[in-house]
Amino acid sequence: MMDQSLPDKAATVQLFHTCLINEFYPEVGMAVVHILERLGIRVEVPLDQTCCGQPAYNSGFLEETKKVAVKNLEVLSSTEGAIIIPSGSCGDMIIHQYRILFAENPDLLKKVDKVSRRCYEFSQFLVDVLGITDLGARLKARGAYHPSCHLLRGLKIKDQPKILLENIAELEMVEFEDPEECCGFGGMFSIKNPEISGRMMDNKISNLQASKVDMVISCDMGCLMHLEGGLHRKGSQIRVRHLAQVLDSGVD
Amino acid sequence: MSHFSDRVDKALADDNLSEALKKATSQLVSRRSTAFSSLEDAENLRDIARNTKMKILHNLEDNLLKFEKSLQKNGSHVHWAKDAEEANNVVIEIAQKQAVKKIVKSKSMLSEEIHLNTALIKAGMQVVETDLGEYIVQLAGDKPSHIIAPIIHMTREDVGNLMHDRLSVPFSDEPEVLTRIARRKLRQEFLDADMGITGANFGVVETGSICLVTNEGNARMVTTLPKIHVVLIGIEKLVATFEDLNRFLKLLARSATGQKLSVYTSIIQGPGKGTETGPEEVHVVLVDNGRSGMLGGDLAESLACIRCGACLNVCPIYKNIGGHAYGDTYAGPIGSIITPGLRGLAQWHELPAASTLCGACKEVCPIRIDIPKMLLKLRQVTPPKVKASISLRMAIKCFAVIAGIPKVYKGFTAFGSRLLRFLGSKSWLTNNIPLLDRWTKVRDFKTPAKKSFQRMWQEKIAKDGK
Repeated sequence: MMDQSLPDKAATVQLFHTCLINEFYPEVGMAVVHILERLGIRVEVPLDQTCCGQPAYNSGFLEETKKVAVKNLEVLSSTEGAIIIPSGSCGDMIIHQYRILFAENPDLLKKVDKVSRRCYEFSQFLVDVLGITDLGARLKARGAYHPSCHLLRGLKIKDQPKILLENIAELEMVEFEDPEECCGFGGMFSIKNPEISGRMMDNKISNLQASKVDMVISCDMGCLMHLEGGLHRKGSQIRVRHLAQVLDSGVD
Repeated sequence: MSHFSDRVDKALADDNLSEALKKATSQLVSRRSTAFSSLEDAENLRDIARNTKMKILHNLEDNLLKFEKSLQKNGSHVHWAKDAEEANNVVIEIAQKQAVKKIVKSKSMLSEEIHLNTALIKAGMQVVETDLGEYIVQLAGDKPSHIIAPIIHMTREDVGNLMHDRLSVPFSDEPEVLTRIARRKLRQEFLDADMGITGANFGVVETGSICLVTNEGNARMVTTLPKIHVVLIGIEKLVATFEDLNRFLKLLARSATGQKLSVYTSIIQGPGKGTETGPEEVHVVLVDNGRSGMLGGDLAESLACIRCGACLNVCPIYKNIGGHAYGDTYAGPIGSIITPGLRGLAQWHELPAASTLCGACKEVCPIRIDIPKMLLKLRQVTPPKVKASISLRMAIKCFAVIAGIPKVYKGFTAFGSRLLRFLGSKSWLTNNIPLLDRWTKVRDFKTPAKKSFQRMWQEKIAKDGK
């Protein structure tokens, strides 16, 4: 991982809320805000932020991705402080893929460098930057943690979410089979290859069901939206939760 | 040739296949990880192997000419083949010169790639595969479905039934019994054959050696019993020295089968000289068949592949659809690069798109080949007309414009959200809704929230009086 400068703990942070959280899961964004504000951090939301560009990028539309990414960079560049991204996938896009995208444009590359050094995935920010592992949360449930691929292998964030989850009172974290295997979402893959995507989702869901969990917790709403759609179709009682929602449970 | 999605449907409908794949891949994955944990300095070894391979590829022409000289010094005949047809013709010509009737083979992916068996049979020769898996594939009139485990798609029962049908032996699903039957059948074939054909795991430039890695010992029969031995080797398979070879062998066996070293490692250095064992003639055919076209380009890194199959075993796509669904010799993540690389993207553009870019392949590749990066690259160079429908292309173009203008973007997403909520009327869309039907085919669609995060945020600010 690249060298990222540590921001002043009490400083203002910018929330890059991601498209899925904005439109489908606003409560996740609010949970992130609650947690950060409780820690005495001033949260700002750049209202002009836009999509990170990953759907177009992963579909092979380079020029279109660049247009979106340039806008996003411009908006983020005009802000100050750490940028908190509650998504491994959007985080990997901005932190790693923007460099590849603009490799031949020195000016933009400088901008990418400045912005990406300020970017942190949510759990990474809490554990690695703030040094916080216990947020005093309480939640009576059996949970399973699904490490999303871009968080795990793109940003190499493996232990941070687990440490935070272990410290939630009454939450029993359960192991399940093949936790690190992709759930089958893969952005546009889920639409281009619904049959394979569906089979991968079924595998993940059966493994979760076999462990008799109440909820599956992850740091990416993409995986969770896909899994939730599958769980709903199957009439399963298993709920999906972003890490932030769980960490925001049972705290006044 | 059938359509990729038809092959996928067929694979997904085959319960027997799923069961066979699940068992075999999980076993290979766990063996690999155990074997790697016993390897001191594994990460460093991977780095060195990668650098060595990339160095060779960078200067491939010179290395090939050096290799040719070393081979000739050992008394081997060297042939060059630019494509499948030339390669097949070279082998047929060698065979015809010595009036060869029966040929025994030991596993060669390259011979699969160029459809050598078909060409030899057409030229009037009999060809017998002698690796157990390949032998079974040949009995079944099938194709291998994995780089190192060609019948990974079959269960023990499948093999038992096949042998019972084709060889008129009593049914058994005991591996020992089945192996004994094959062994008995193959023994005579080795003795009768006039020519042996093998692939090559590595060619050592410095010494002109051909290295073959096997677990069954049949390759030793193929390379020593018949009077002619023909080696088919892809031009990318070179390593510089024996020291390098040693490193690659450590990585190959561990990545492929989780062994520290394969049971047999054969080094072939020209024909048997006079009283020594070994064939009278050794012919080495250096095959290009599209490889040189990949050199120096975006896919060049894939030429460093040592065919261990580790990326297949961890790939959640491969694990569910198996090798045949990929439609050509090389399956799995690496196959999704090599096949379009060798055969052209036009017919094979669906392979690079059939990945979630989860990165598991890159994580296990002993040579650290950046497979996801190349899959992405292939998606980028796929002509827009081929990679997406008109509606999707328009949608992405509009999205790029709209996402660049915050006010319009916000208005657009708000409108989209309202539209979806209207269509769904409840919180979930379960039917086939235009544009979303490929989502709702396998899962329900959650309709957008009534209030977006940004709206909640603005209300909060107003309330907090910030």
